[in-house]
Amino acid sequence: MSAALGRHLVALAVGLVFGAGLLVSGMTQPAKVLAFLDVTGSWDPSLMFVMASAIPVYAVVYRLALRRPRPLLSDAFVLPSRSGLDARLIGGAALFGIGWGLSGYCPGPAVVSLASGALDVVVFVAMTALGMWLAARCERPRARS
Amino acid sequence: MDVASLWRAIFGGALIGLAAALLLWANGRVVGVSGLLGGVLAPARGDVSWRAVALLGLVLAGIAGALVAPEHISSSPRPLGLLALAGLLVGIGTRLGNGCTSGHGVCGISRLSARSIVATAIFMSSGMLTVFVLRRLGAAP
Repeated sequence: MSAALGRHLVALAVGLVFGAGLLVSGMTQPAKVLAFLDVTGSWDPSLMFVMASAIPVYAVVYRLALRRPRPLLSDAFVLPSRSGLDARLIGGAALFGIGWGLSGYCPGPAVVSLASGALDVVVFVAMTALGMWLAARCERPRARS
Repeated sequence: MDVASLWRAIFGGALIGLAAALLLWANGRVVGVSGLLGGVLAPARGDVSWRAVALLGLVLAGIAGALVAPEHISSSPRPLGLLALAGLLVGIGTRLGNGCTSGHGVCGISRLSARSIVATAIFMSSGMLTVFVLRRLGAAP
């Protein structure tokens, strides 16, 4: 089996397991997500434990993985290189949070929920794609200069 | 909050952490769903195909979930116009902010990235504030 095929099979497995995790945890139920964000109302803190459980698992494997000379199926680890805070990060995160609070959807659960074929999630994901495309279009001229 | 949903959150979170860990261990990549989407829709450089396959895996998980346990996928209680606006903000925001709940919230915090810790604190706060404002305007969450 070639390494490229292996990497694609891994990506498929990652999507399946990640999606299963989102389904099991309750993240694909927008009303539950909104109840998690509703701290002054009938707050449902259970979704906090999704992050609280995912982070230690990933944190341990991350440190073990980076001790190895290279990943199993590729030549090098590709990690985010940006550091430092800027207005783009802060403004972008604030806008994302507003969209999350308006809908109860973030990108992962929305993509998984596409399987339901419901109009609301199809519209949400289409508009997310449009937003990404618009933001990328606005970025490009600046990146060129 | 009932005990069952607490255990489901913990188990589901562990699966999410394991999936992200597998991608790092085998492929050397960091995962975030907005990064997968953005990398397919508006690629800055190559690497489109593995992201498309990972997105396919997410959708296939959804199809399996819809067949086996349809109660785990529900629609948003919010009206369609608001969802359209929300989708647009999520798209613009995750692209500008370089990540969402998975990339910043899980992978970034695990790496102790200052950018991800700040981004997560901000989107959690603005999400909570948005729900609060909508509640004051009379929308049930």
